[in-house]
Amino acid sequence: MLTNAVNRNIPEKINNKKLIPYQGEFALSPADAPVASYRKLKKRTPDMGNKIQRDLTAAIRSVGLKDGMTISFHHGFRDGDLTVLPVLEAIRALGIKNLTLAPSSLTDVHDPVVEFIKDGTITHLESSGLRGKLGKAVSEGILENPVVLRTHGDRVRAIQAGELNIDVAFLAVASADEYGNATGCTGKNICGALGYAMVDAKYAANVVLITDNLVSYPCSPISIDQSDVDCVVVVDQIGDSALIGKGAARTTRDPKQLLIAENTTKVIEYSGLFVEGFSVQTGVGAVPIAVTNFLGERMRTQNIHAAFALGGIGAAITRLHQEGYIQKILAVQSFDTEASAALCNDVTHIETETGTYANIFGNGCCINKLDICILSALEMDTHFNCNILTGSNGELRGALGGGPDCAGAARLSIMAMPLIRGRIPSIVDEVNTICTPGTSVDCVVTEYGVAVNTARNPDLTERLRKSGLKLFTMQQLKEMAERLTGKPEPIQYNRDKIVAVVEYRDGSIIDVVYQVLPE
Amino acid sequence: MVAEKIKLRRTMMYVSGSSPANIAQATIYGADSLMFDLEDSVSVNEKDAARFVIYHALKTIDFGDTETVVRINAINTETGHQDLEAIVRAKPDVIRLPKTSCAQDVWDAEAMIAKIERNIGFKEGTIKLMAALEDPSGILNAREIAKSSKRLIGMAIGAEDFVTSMKTTRSPLGVELATARGLLLMACREVGIYALDTVYSDINNDEGFLEEVKLIKQLGFDGKSCIHPRQIKPIHQVFTPTIKEIDYAIRTFGAIQEAEEKHSGVIALNGKMIDLPMVERARRVIRLADAAGILDGGAYGC
Repeated sequence: MLTNAVNRNIPEKINNKKLIPYQGEFALSPADAPVASYRKLKKRTPDMGNKIQRDLTAAIRSVGLKDGMTISFHHGFRDGDLTVLPVLEAIRALGIKNLTLAPSSLTDVHDPVVEFIKDGTITHLESSGLRGKLGKAVSEGILENPVVLRTHGDRVRAIQAGELNIDVAFLAVASADEYGNATGCTGKNICGALGYAMVDAKYAANVVLITDNLVSYPCSPISIDQSDVDCVVVVDQIGDSALIGKGAARTTRDPKQLLIAENTTKVIEYSGLFVEGFSVQTGVGAVPIAVTNFLGERMRTQNIHAAFALGGIGAAITRLHQEGYIQKILAVQSFDTEASAALCNDVTHIETETGTYANIFGNGCCINKLDICILSALEMDTHFNCNILTGSNGELRGALGGGPDCAGAARLSIMAMPLIRGRIPSIVDEVNTICTPGTSVDCVVTEYGVAVNTARNPDLTERLRKSGLKLFTMQQLKEMAERLTGKPEPIQYNRDKIVAVVEYRDGSIIDVVYQVLPE
Repeated sequence: MVAEKIKLRRTMMYVSGSSPANIAQATIYGADSLMFDLEDSVSVNEKDAARFVIYHALKTIDFGDTETVVRINAINTETGHQDLEAIVRAKPDVIRLPKTSCAQDVWDAEAMIAKIERNIGFKEGTIKLMAALEDPSGILNAREIAKSSKRLIGMAIGAEDFVTSMKTTRSPLGVELATARGLLLMACREVGIYALDTVYSDINNDEGFLEEVKLIKQLGFDGKSCIHPRQIKPIHQVFTPTIKEIDYAIRTFGAIQEAEEKHSGVIALNGKMIDLPMVERARRVIRLADAAGILDGGAYGC
């Protein structure tokens, strides 16, 4: 065991791979090696002007998927995904086993993946997060080897470093032509920006596009290019657009969430960064969307314009863009049909692939230009370390997403979260799983007030004094939370079995997740 | 000589004894007072459970400088007596008596509270009282109720029961409450205690709510009971002096100071005589602004 820079014990090897313990946000440099690719040169003659395969089975056969390979998907449809499970069923029917499943992320709709693990179709997972029954099953130790969890930026780094080699990428696209040009923003079921899919299309050895809207050649706009695509399959439905944001785009009326959002907006307003030409990533969810709306009001009244908004884009950001208060949007994914449709018609609404967005070794990523990001966590410790993966019972129930990437890069990283959730304190002595190091976080905003990380941001406290927000130390917030909830019993883990490793942006290991012992 | 700070009671938010989660975090919305309820929001078979929840909440949770009020069940019921026995021991700032019809109701409660205070060694008079007037007798006896006890800090109108007993219903303009509000207000003002308006039940009607808040502010109420955190901010906005009002008040004091320096008996502002009621109003504006944290009232001797 090695101890890393956030005092977590990391094994020296996992999955037969030597681990690098996390040493600090920008401590590591990439290995001196060219960008890895599994892509082979391929030959197509003019008489082969059609890549349509009859069905998923034919497509799987045509790309030569075999036992032990790695397959990937993108999660642009989030909870509306209708592609992953049919593909896995077709693979199972062909008797292919022992696959590594490496999608950009998995959501609650992927609970049935557990069945494919049980029958040996899938024996290893690499993802951004795990939720629902799948998260529970992995936490209980269903897989022999630990799952590898990566941030959005780190996944691209891992692909380029040759640590994640995708044999076949199965990519759902809203429209495609017969030769493999595709977009996410026109069609029957649009998911907007294909930021995740573009990466897999570029790097996977083989690329299968799946669409429910075949258009005449050439499809436009082109987000995925024909020269990266092996075959195209037409199905009845690739996903349900209405379920992408799962109601997250609705403006919350929950008074506690609105209060956290109001406090977060005040932090932004008094941060010194809320000036003409600022940039922001708010994300999606009840609090971020409320923050976007409150911030929009202040932008209108104070006549302040943002140079750009970044990341996952929903209707609230899209409307501010259309009103002219946000000059440009860099969209990695779109959270609702309004944002998806807007991507199509406007050159200032720019589709951005995940590597461009957040790859630390990608020679410059968008988040390096970001002023303000709003993030959330399941829990934080008094050193500002954040857990966004494991719940109060120790089980996997979240995703790293772009959180650790953005927090590390943005000038002002704000964690917005409730001090307590039901009877569980959110601010504790020690979080279950460190995902974002405290050195990346400027402040945490709760319904009671704000705690500033003075080590990272010495001026913020003074700036916030004028805001009327109540300021606390992390220790004070932790004690307040404990006074309301009491101190939960520690979770019982089996320290002999690691079920997941958590990679930091640079591929080093920031923490591991242990098997939860049954109660 | 700086006057004692005004206690703001712009908002008194109901929190049901049946919802422990809401009690634990009730302070975060910034209501001036929290009113934990044992009466109408608690079903008959939950009364004892709610009583224990509120007792323990008052004993263990730090409500900071938010005033704590408990609405007990009617003083002439067994449940009301049991409420007093428990709640006085938990030492809220105020106990609110529902359905108060006459001074005797307040005296009964006061006698019981005093007895409990003596038994447990509290200084007699520790617990303050509020009376809710909810029927014609209560309104018609408002003067005697207002004068009934030194513990009484204010009176409130409970409109739902009142309009029913008046054979009418509530309407947007509140004409059916005009007389009752007026009588209650005058009774409060005569003895210098707080007057609080009734709840507005339609939490989704933001516009109607704001109209009512403006109306009762104009009538002269000190504040309003509310049933949802969303109602707090609009009430505070209406009840907090505007920059224009504060500016005028400051200039009024400036004119007074100037007159004193010149030993002039006549004080004028913008060519207009300043009389005593104007000074009083200006003082009240400054003190309200001070209580709301907008300025330091001490600087103006308020």
